[in-house]
This record gives sequence, C-alpha cells and structure tokens, in this order.
Amino acid sequence: MSSTPLLLEIKDLHVHFAVYGGRLKVLDGVNFVMQSGERVGLVGEAGCGKTTTMKAILQVLPTPPAVIPCGEIYFKGRDLLKMNPNQLQQIRGRGISMIFQDPTAALNPVFTVGQQLKAVIKHSAVRGRPLSADEVHQRAIQSLQEVALADPERLLKSYPIQLSGGMRQRVCIGMALATNPELLIADEPGTSLDVTIQDQVLRLLHRLVKEKNTSVILITHTLGIVREMTDRVYVMYAGNIVEVAPTAGLFSRPMHPYTIGLMQAVPRLTGGGVSDGIPGRIPNYLQPPTGCRFHPRCPHVMDICRQEKPASYQVDDDHYVACFLYRGEEGKGS
Amino acid sequence: MSLGRFLVRRIVHSIFVLLGLSIVIFVIARVMPGDPARMALGARAPQWVVDRVREQMHLNEPLTVQYVYWLRGALRADFGLSLVTQRPVTADIQEFFPASLELVLLAGLFSAVGGIGLGVLSARYKDTWIDNVVRVISYAGIVTPSFIFAILFVLLFGFVLKWFPVIGRLSEHTVAPPTVTGMVTVDALLAGRLDAFADALRHMVLPALALAMGSIAQEARITRSSMADNLGKDYIAAARALGISERVVMGRFLLKPSLIPTVSILGLDIAATLGVAFLVELIFNWPGLARYGMTSMLHKDLNAISAVILVLGVAFVTVNILVDIIVAYLDPRIRLRAARSE
Amino acid sequence: MGQPRINSSSEAAALVAQRIRQLERESRRENLGRAWYKLSRNPMSVVGLAMVLSLILLAIAAPWVTPYPKHAGPFTDFANAKIPPCGRYLLGTDQIGRDILTRIIFGLRSSLLMGVVVLALVVPPGVLLGLLAGYFHGTWIDTLIMRITDIFLAVPPLILALAVASVLKPNLWNGMMAVSLMWWPWYTRLVYGLAVALRNEYFVTAAEITGASAGHILFREMLPNVLSPVFTKMSIDIAWVIIIGSMLSYVGLGVQPPEPSLGTMISDGARYLPDQWWIAVFPALAIVVVVLGFNLLGDGIRDMFAAEEI
Repeated sequence: MSSTPLLLEIKDLHVHFAVYGGRLKVLDGVNFVMQSGERVGLVGEAGCGKTTTMKAILQVLPTPPAVIPCGEIYFKGRDLLKMNPNQLQQIRGRGISMIFQDPTAALNPVFTVGQQLKAVIKHSAVRGRPLSADEVHQRAIQSLQEVALADPERLLKSYPIQLSGGMRQRVCIGMALATNPELLIADEPGTSLDVTIQDQVLRLLHRLVKEKNTSVILITHTLGIVREMTDRVYVMYAGNIVEVAPTAGLFSRPMHPYTIGLMQAVPRLTGGGVSDGIPGRIPNYLQPPTGCRFHPRCPHVMDICRQEKPASYQVDDDHYVACFLYRGEEGKGS
Repeated sequence: MSLGRFLVRRIVHSIFVLLGLSIVIFVIARVMPGDPARMALGARAPQWVVDRVREQMHLNEPLTVQYVYWLRGALRADFGLSLVTQRPVTADIQEFFPASLELVLLAGLFSAVGGIGLGVLSARYKDTWIDNVVRVISYAGIVTPSFIFAILFVLLFGFVLKWFPVIGRLSEHTVAPPTVTGMVTVDALLAGRLDAFADALRHMVLPALALAMGSIAQEARITRSSMADNLGKDYIAAARALGISERVVMGRFLLKPSLIPTVSILGLDIAATLGVAFLVELIFNWPGLARYGMTSMLHKDLNAISAVILVLGVAFVTVNILVDIIVAYLDPRIRLRAARSE
Repeated sequence: MGQPRINSSSEAAALVAQRIRQLERESRRENLGRAWYKLSRNPMSVVGLAMVLSLILLAIAAPWVTPYPKHAGPFTDFANAKIPPCGRYLLGTDQIGRDILTRIIFGLRSSLLMGVVVLALVVPPGVLLGLLAGYFHGTWIDTLIMRITDIFLAVPPLILALAVASVLKPNLWNGMMAVSLMWWPWYTRLVYGLAVALRNEYFVTAAEITGASAGHILFREMLPNVLSPVFTKMSIDIAWVIIIGSMLSYVGLGVQPPEPSLGTMISDGARYLPDQWWIAVFPALAIVVVVLGFNLLGDGIRDMFAAEEI
C-alpha cells in the first residue's frame, strides 16, 4: 500500500452476538483498508455481516447482545474501539457518517424532519463555536435542497410518516451529508424503494459525493451499482472478506469461487435465462463451517478448505483472494 | 382541524359508551336484584309499603319505560334519595366526589413523577445496582395490592414512626377552610390558608401514596422496558452515528417515543385508581366517593350504587379522552392517522 | 449422506411423511428446550414457578399439612385468643383463638380456586369474541362486539364486580361470577387488536383464497397466533383476580365466615392494629407472596414467548 495515511483500517475484527444456544460468530476476522477519497464497495449476500461491520465502525451495535472480542478499527490512525464516548462523538457525524439501510426505521417517528436534521447540524459544529439558530436553519434548508427536495421549509415541519419512501431516503442522505463527513457509509441506499426511484436516489448520491469529494463505503448486494459507483470492491462472505480488487479488475477477472458465483447469479437481459446462482445459503453462525466458511457451497472444495482458514493471497496489483486455489500464485499478500 | 375532529369523534364515541353503561347499570341495579323495592325496604317492611314504593319507583311499568324514567332522572342529576344518608344522592356525591378526586389527583402526580423518574433512572443505569434497586421496588409495588400498602403505611408511618396522620382530611385543631370546590387543599389555597393547606396535604400523603404505589411501579417498569426496546431501534443508532451527543440522544430522541406507552398506561392507571380507592379510603377513614359507594353497596342502596358507578364512568371516560389528547400530542402518527381516516 | 433407494411413489410419500413427522418431533423438542432456556435464563422466573407450584401443593394438601385443621372451620378458643407468634402458633392466633398459619393455608384454597375458575370462565368467550370481531373487522359483527366491550371497559372492573356482587347473595361463587362478568372484555380487546393485524397477513389471505371456511381461519390460522399474548396476560391476570377476590372478601362480599379467606382475615385483623399486628400482617404478606409468585412466573412466560433479540 502507498505511504499516504490510511483513512480507515480495520484489523482482524470479530463481532459475536450472544443468543440462545451460544454465540453467533458473525464477523470472523475482517480486514479492511481504504484511503482518503476512495469509493469502496462492499458486496455480499444478505446476512453476510456487511451492516454489522459498518455499525461496528461507528460503534452503534446494540450491546448486548453484540460483543467485540478482538479487533482494531483505525480512523486516521486512531483506534475507535479504544476511544471514550466523548472522543467517539467527535468522530461520528463530522468524521464518519452513515446512511442506514431502511430510511423508515432510521428516522425517529415522533420528531419532525427539522428537529432531527437540526440536531445533527447543531452537533456537527466545532466545539466551542456553536452555530446560531439561524445558521442551523439555513444549513438545514440547504441540506434538503442538496438532495433535491422541493419546499424544504414545509418539509422541516413534517413528520417522517408524512413523507414517501423516496423522500425519506433523500432526507436520510441529506442528514448524513449535512455534517460534511470525511467518510460516508451508505448501507444499501434505496433497497426498499422501487427501481426507478432507487436509481434516482443512487445517481443523486453519486453526484453529491463526487462534488464534495467524500470518501464512501457503499454496501450493496447489487453488482451493477458497484460497477458504476466504486473504485474498489470488497467481497464479503459469512463474516470474512473473501476478495478485494479494483472494480474493473474484479469484474473482468473474478477469482474467488464465491465472487464468481455471485456474478453468475445476476440475471442478464442478453444471456440465456437465469443461472442457478450459488447453491446453498449463508451458514449457521452458531457453528460456522471449519476452515474456509464457504467450503460447504464451494464447487472446487479441497481437503485443506475444511481444515484451515485461507490467508489472503495477492494475485495481482491490489487484487487479493482468500482462497487456497490461489495459494502460491504470485507473491503473497499481507 | 385534525386534532379537533379527532376530539369530536372521541367525545361522540364516549357519549355512546356512557349510554351503554347506563343500560348496564340499570340492569345491575334494577333487574338483577329481583325486587328493588323489597331490597331497599328490607325483609320486615309490610307488603303495602313495598307496593307503594313500587308504584313510586315505576316498578310496575315495563322495563323499557322504567329505563327511560331512570335515565331522565340521571340526566337531570336526580338519582333519588339515598337509603343510608336519607339525603338526595346527588348532594352526597357533591360532597364526597371532590375528596376522592383530590386524593386521586395527588396519587396521579406521584405516579407520573415517581414512575417516570424511576423508570428513566433504571434505564439510564441499566444493569447497575441502581437499576436493580428500582426493579425490586417496582416489583414490590406491582405485587402488593393498594389496601395492603395502606395497612402497612398506617402501621409504619402512622403508628411506629408517627410521621403522618392516618385518619380523615384535617387535624382536629385545624379550622376547615370555606368550601368552594370541596377539595380541601384547593379551598385552603383559595382562602389563603397555608396552614390548612399543609395540614390537608399531610393527611393526603399516605393514602395517596398507597393508591399510587402500584402505578408508580407499573410506570417505572413500562418506561424502563420501552426505553430498552427503543434503544435497539435504528433511529437511535442513526442519531448516535450522526454525532448527536449521548445526553441529547437519551434525553430527547429516546425519551419522547418511550414515554408514549407510559402515558397511555398512566391514564388508565389513574382512572383505575378511582376504582380501587374503596379499601384505601375505608382504611384511612377518608370521606370519599369510593367509601360512600362501598357503604351503599353493603346496604344495597341501589340509587346510590347506580349514581356512583355512573359518576366513576364519566370520570373514567374523561380521563381517557385527556390521555388520548396527550398521546396524540406526543405521537404524530396517531394524530395524522386520525386526521387522514376522516 | 447416503440416499435411500426409492422404488415406488407410495414409498416415497411414506418416507416424506415419516421425515416430516420426525422434523415436527424435533422442532417440538427444540421449541420446548428453547422455551425452558428462555424461562430459566432468568432465575427469578424459576423461583416464581417453584413458588406457584408449592403454593398449589400446599393448598391441595391443606388438611394434612396444617397444624390445626379444625381451626379452618367454626372453631373458637377464647383462652388462646390473640397469642403472638410463638412455637405453638407459628404466626400467632386471631381474635377468637384460631391458628393463623392454618387459616392462611386454607385461605389459599379459595384464592387459587377463584383465580383458576374466573380465568376459565373468562378467557374462552373473551378470546372468541375478539377473534370474531377482528376477523369480521368493519362489519356489524365487529361494531356490535366492540361497542359492548367498550362499555364494560369504561368503568374499572372492580367497581362493576363489587356492584354485581353486592346485589347477589354474598358468597364465593357469586363473587367469581361478578368478577368474570366484568373481566372478559379485556381479553376481547387484546385479541381484537391482534386479530385485526392478522387478517391482513398473507397466510390468512392464502387460506381465504383456497376457500377455507371461516371456522378454519379463525381457529386454525388465527387462534394459534394470538395465544402467546393471551397466555402471558393470563399468568399476570390470575394474580389480579386473586387480589380482587381478597378485596371482595375484605368488604364481606366474597367468601363468608367461618370459611377462611385472606381478605376477611386482613379486614378482621385491621381492627387490632397496631398492637396485635400479626392478625392482619401475616395474611397480607401471604397475598403478597401469592401475587409475587404468579408475577415472577408471568414474566418468565412472557420471556418465553418473546422473540429472540438480534
């Protein structure tokens, strides 16, 4: 990796959930790095731990049941897991901000859009220099205009229940960007909307982060979106990062059997019919498979896959695969 | 507008409910006992007296006609004479209702302040010793009926510690303030008599606390659990993730939605307190409506029984409307839904 | 895994059926295990269960385990009246010389009986009406049932129960009738809310489309889905019914003397406060213990039905 300081670095992150019958070992040693200005995609099936990883970064996982037995999360060189609540609050919002998956759940139902948006803006003020009520109001209006919402004055006085799904999503985006964050985490924006509106929302988001030069982690299970909006992609399976590559490289040469399956599972208008996708489903996190967690579904499974967890092998510039198939190919990655 | 319409609908509905209740009361007081005249006069009254009373009470008419007579009286606040006090029932109620109301309002204040306060404390310090102490207290409050609290309070604070008086509304040496509202504390304030106010308040503390214990506990539990539920919601995670301070997240964005169930239950509890005040008023010798109703029930004083139930019904319905207004104020979803379903 | 060789379709069907039965057995066993895990995760729930079971056993075995079974009836012994707790009378004696411990244990019988009988009378009609009103949401059936329910909910149940009890002959059974008459609407309202929501669920729609009868939908599709809140409410309500029963007997509208009941014992004893405190305080504590047991158990049952968080 280059010498410029990393924006975000996650080292060996484990997250467990304590439930009936033991612990769900949801994250199993996630490693993740990104630099300032990058737009990174995080893809994988539903339930593979994408949202958990992102909530862990901001430390908004419900504890209990969540526990973080080990791992480090550095934001600009400082470990977020070791910060006190006060320091953490300084990072949240202004440093890292997040768009939640379901805009309906992410907006407080008993406060108006204005009350929520203004609280966020107020807290994003630099310590010791509070914003005046007027400034807050102006910035709230501006935030709503940015996300192309008409009649922002009226909108500020509305409750979430009065808005359509698309408007709620835009409000959430506006709120997340209102703090001018360095890093924006967008968790499947627009998934709950119908396709045309989802498309509009994504284009808007794409344009905004470009304009503001915000670093982005985009979580999604739609590969088309990744292709359009990101520079580099992490592929996640069952709590592990299984492949990392520049977006173009990943699409032209997917390597991990899971990534390959994922790409084949995309229905194409031109191809002949829909593929079978990947047989099987995400494993039980109570007793995850030994070795490589993908081995029960893998078409190329070998004996070693059942016993050992594969390391991340570098197969190309910036292209890493956690799969024994690629052991010994080119130099070893870290 | 929206809230106004919501209210009008609520009130119209309540009027129908009260009409229905009047039928139920009529059935209980006039149909179930067999011969209300005989019941009122006792077994030893000669038959001709019973017959005359039957005539007076329109008991020889068909039931529907009887009901109309009864309802007409009730609407004019005329429930006839009380057998026990030999006065018009309405006069009795005017005298006893304010005493109960005063007690229940103080109990309601105790439950709101104590219950929400303890609940928030418990949620804020979840799983620490504070939380555990609050949970034990609220458990004790829930499992102990109010009349048992009344007895324990009389014994402990009345007889052993002698902190509070345990009988009546005022001490013997305190001259009662002139009656305006019938609520001694309010009357004392109106007359500018702080000594009488303090004395009356001291008399109310134990019975009001005994009445409130159950709902304090209930509110504390509900507040705690709804705060705990909402703590896991995405909007709290989102508020935190966007950098809102922990104090504002907890004190504002978590508290308001969490208080909605508390407030709805609180109203029901205050109204229910009117219903369980019987024994507490009996134990503290409090001249309230509940005690009056109880005495009339034991003496099968049917006029008084029906009036008391109807008054309590009206009070209950009123409290429920008030609660609906507060909840609609707190929860825009209800307000907007009500407006939209028009 | 070796695949069994299948020779005919009937064999295949039999195998499938067998497998389904096996899965059902397993899932039942797992559900039971999960239920017990959730209940036992909170030790207080287990304590509650133990309390309730031992109270029930104590009440059943009252004639054999109490020191003075005769004191449960019309018995007087003025020479031994108002004796404070001592070795011979563990909880003392009352104003006419009867052993308080004996009478408390016998008093448990009518309390528990009342709780069980009232709920047995109240829950089936309450639930049925709620289901009907919910399923026929928006029709005259809904209106009729829910308006009547509203009327009963407009007054605290204790007041109507007291009024009904007061015009009837005062005894335990009429007390139960009075409380039952006033209690069903609470179940109707609970189930109504749930049923209205269930109506729109896909599985109900699916059953309707396939032409299932109203009876099938009500009892096979909707009923199982409302049972857990109903059970939870029952476990808490039984304590309430016991309290209300004791209030009825406190004011003389329930169990009649000399039959022992906790409420009567407290109201008799209240006259001897504070000097002979034990006459009132021990029966009062007994009520607290009974109610505590049921509440702890009720919490456990609620935990048992609660969805797993995460």
